Amino acid sequence: MIRVQNIKKSFDDTQVLKGIDFTFETGKTNLIIGRSGAGKTVLLKILVGLFKPTEGHVFYHDLDVCCLSKNDLREIRNDVGMLFQGNALFDSLTIEENIRFPLDMFTRKTLKEKRAKVDECLERVSLAGINNKFPSEISGGMQKRVGIARAIVLNPKYLFCDEPNSGLDPKTAITIDALIKQITTDNNITTVINTHDMNSVMEIGENICLLHQGKLAWQGNKSEVLESTNETLHNFIFASPFLKRLKDRALGIKS
Amino acid sequence: MNFLFHLGRYVSWHGQIFSKPENWKMYYKETIRQLYDIGIGSLSIVLIISIFIGAVTAVQFFYQMDGTMIPPYYIGYIVRDMTIIELAPTFTCLVLAGKVGSNMASEIGGMRQKEHIDAMEIMGVNTAAYLVLPKLLASLIIIPILVSVSALVSNAGGYLASVPSGLFTSGEYIRGLRSFFIPSHVTMMYVKAFSFAYIITSVSCYQGYHVKGGSVELGKASTQAVVYSSILILIADYIIAVLLTG
Repeated sequence: MIRVQNIKKSFDDTQVLKGIDFTFETGKTNLIIGRSGAGKTVLLKILVGLFKPTEGHVFYHDLDVCCLSKNDLREIRNDVGMLFQGNALFDSLTIEENIRFPLDMFTRKTLKEKRAKVDECLERVSLAGINNKFPSEISGGMQKRVGIARAIVLNPKYLFCDEPNSGLDPKTAITIDALIKQITTDNNITTVINTHDMNSVMEIGENICLLHQGKLAWQGNKSEVLESTNETLHNFIFASPFLKRLKDRALGIKS
Repeated sequence: MNFLFHLGRYVSWHGQIFSKPENWKMYYKETIRQLYDIGIGSLSIVLIISIFIGAVTAVQFFYQMDGTMIPPYYIGYIVRDMTIIELAPTFTCLVLAGKVGSNMASEIGGMRQKEHIDAMEIMGVNTAAYLVLPKLLASLIIIPILVSVSALVSNAGGYLASVPSGLFTSGEYIRGLRSFFIPSHVTMMYVKAFSFAYIITSVSCYQGYHVKGGSVELGKASTQAVVYSSILILIADYIIAVLLTG
């Protein structure tokens, strides 16, 4: 469980986050949603410790990570995995070397054991047998899955995904969502996903936090989205006329 | 103000670089890779410039001293001392600031822009140490070796430019090389080589590590790495000369 308490963040004179309180639950896919510029990425970077909040606290269970020094923060980072929007795979390393990197750096396993772990992770993301390829030799969807494999190789307790579906076709995006959901449930970890993909919201949104102009505008889960009367939520989720028509039809409203 | 900000950040950044590595084996592997990249990758350019440094020095001094009472073997002595004290370390390191420095700034800056550094930070890697320390160690080992090679080849360059063309005899040149040798000049060459190696690597990595923005900013960081390294090399050259000859 990750709890954020009164998080505020300013860059020079611009206040991006204006006091966020929210709890990201363990064993659930927690979504941070909102329009571009709402402060999603800043909040995610605060959660993983890349940014320090101007005010407020982030608790990993009972540990306030905002008070930790850089070195202490590194100690708990072995429990954290992250999938980046641009994947952040190391171009000059093979897929196997990419996934093995955290194992090489932080474990004393033999090469054979590390390779077995890499194979296990690749199998988990349905990419067995691509060990010797380079990131540039595989598709964007495959790169995302390799990114997930690298994020879970140290069996993290916390998994963060920054826009995991960006740049992917809808079918591949659904596969990635399903994979993240399955990993969250199987490993009983706290997963936080930063997205503005509506399919993700409606498919895997078990605990949703909607940001609007730096504030928490709504929280709930996917089944509460349709029933909610929150205007900001509806303006965001059903922004396209097509989705609005679908919603109206589902609710029996004649346009 | 801006200068003080960068100076403060540069100094405090060293605290991160010299922290205990997470895994010595990974740092060792990276250092070996850097030794190869910097050493073998720069060897050909160092050889080429060194031959010409020696050749030009010999020819130029022969022209200056021709017709004077100074014996021709002095040219060997002048070429040897000029290359050892000044030309081999300074010229080689200025060229390496362009080649190796810009490469380091671009490599680390590219990693920053592609979020590779963030990815490593989130894994728990001390990125300043992992990305800079192996480069620093490799530079401190290989650049003095390249400077030694440069000094040797420059003396050979002086020979090749003057003896076959008949400016003076082989015996005269070799006699000059062996005359008035002061061992502390070699020490000065290594003091310069180590200092310049440290400047090139730390300044270039600093520029790359703290790059913000897009490709234009990366280009600027790469240029600044070369410009600042070169200026600092010349300043350090002067300070070392004053301190070690005073």
